[in-house]
Amino acid sequence: MDFSLEPRVQHLLHLGDNALILGQRLSEWCGHGPVLELDIAIINTALDHLGQARMLLQHAGKQLEPTWDEDKLAFFRTEKQFFNFLMLELPNGDWAKTMVRQFLFDTYNYVQYEALLESSDSGLKAIAGKAIKEIRYHVQFSAEWVIRMGDGTEESHLRAQNALEELWPYTGEFFESDGFSEHVSTERIAPLPQSLQALWKEKVSEVLLEAGLTPPELSRYRSGGRRGAHTEHMGYILADMQYLPRLHPQANW
Amino acid sequence: MAMEQQTDNWKIWEVFIRSKNGLSHKHVGSLHAPDAEMAIKNARDVYTRRSEGISIWVVPSEAITSSAPSEKEELFTPADDKVYRHPTFYDIPDEVGHI
Repeated sequence: MDFSLEPRVQHLLHLGDNALILGQRLSEWCGHGPVLELDIAIINTALDHLGQARMLLQHAGKQLEPTWDEDKLAFFRTEKQFFNFLMLELPNGDWAKTMVRQFLFDTYNYVQYEALLESSDSGLKAIAGKAIKEIRYHVQFSAEWVIRMGDGTEESHLRAQNALEELWPYTGEFFESDGFSEHVSTERIAPLPQSLQALWKEKVSEVLLEAGLTPPELSRYRSGGRRGAHTEHMGYILADMQYLPRLHPQANW
Repeated sequence: MAMEQQTDNWKIWEVFIRSKNGLSHKHVGSLHAPDAEMAIKNARDVYTRRSEGISIWVVPSEAITSSAPSEKEELFTPADDKVYRHPTFYDIPDEVGHI
């Protein structure tokens, strides 16, 4: 595959990869949730993300020459051809870490998809219209959990606070701009990432205050996802996810 | 053991779902949750993921008073030989059609 991508296609892959990699990560909870009810809840969320990934990658793949379908995009790209945020590829950790990650990203996703409802790309606009209902629920669910753990027992507070400190440096790249994001914002396909920061911060701070959790001062942050420069965890996810279709490219079920 | 400790303070909730407008909420099962708000969320995920409902009620199981199994005879058997209480003894005029 020729990976000199047009900015609007790379932007769609970025959105699709966020959903795909987070969906893949969350699906690791299947059968391991802290209680049955949460096992089902988190897998519902994983499936929401996989559904969104499917629509976004389909939309992206149709604009490639020659076209790629969503399975090929998921299973036959290499690490540097994925453009998801680094936070989403990190291991799940405990329930606190998973919920804090969900909360930080869900809030970003919520702010972002509300803006995508006005996209000049009619395909993306339609996808956002469907996804936003799922995303509104995701952010409610993870925010409620962050509040209950932050404001819960000494143990749950400690775990949530540790998770927040570990994950916070990965939120910086949510608001970074680079070539493709500036291009798509000029075309009114998507908002400039930076423009989402104030609202995100306001919503996140409100919940963290209620939870009694304190984000660390952010002097340096980790970034690279939008450019395909990933953490050491990415290769392992792809190995898990891509092994079967690469070994049996014609496999079907 | 760890699991028991974690869920010790999680109450059991009875879940009622209204499948569509005009129908009443029906009991569908029970679940664990730390409080009412999370019980609604858990019920949404456990009991409505296949479009089963449009409204959810949750009630703490401990708030339900049930009849005693030992009183079954005096409560329920007297009704058994009173078939005339069923509305099946009326002739329905043909014009009414199928009810």
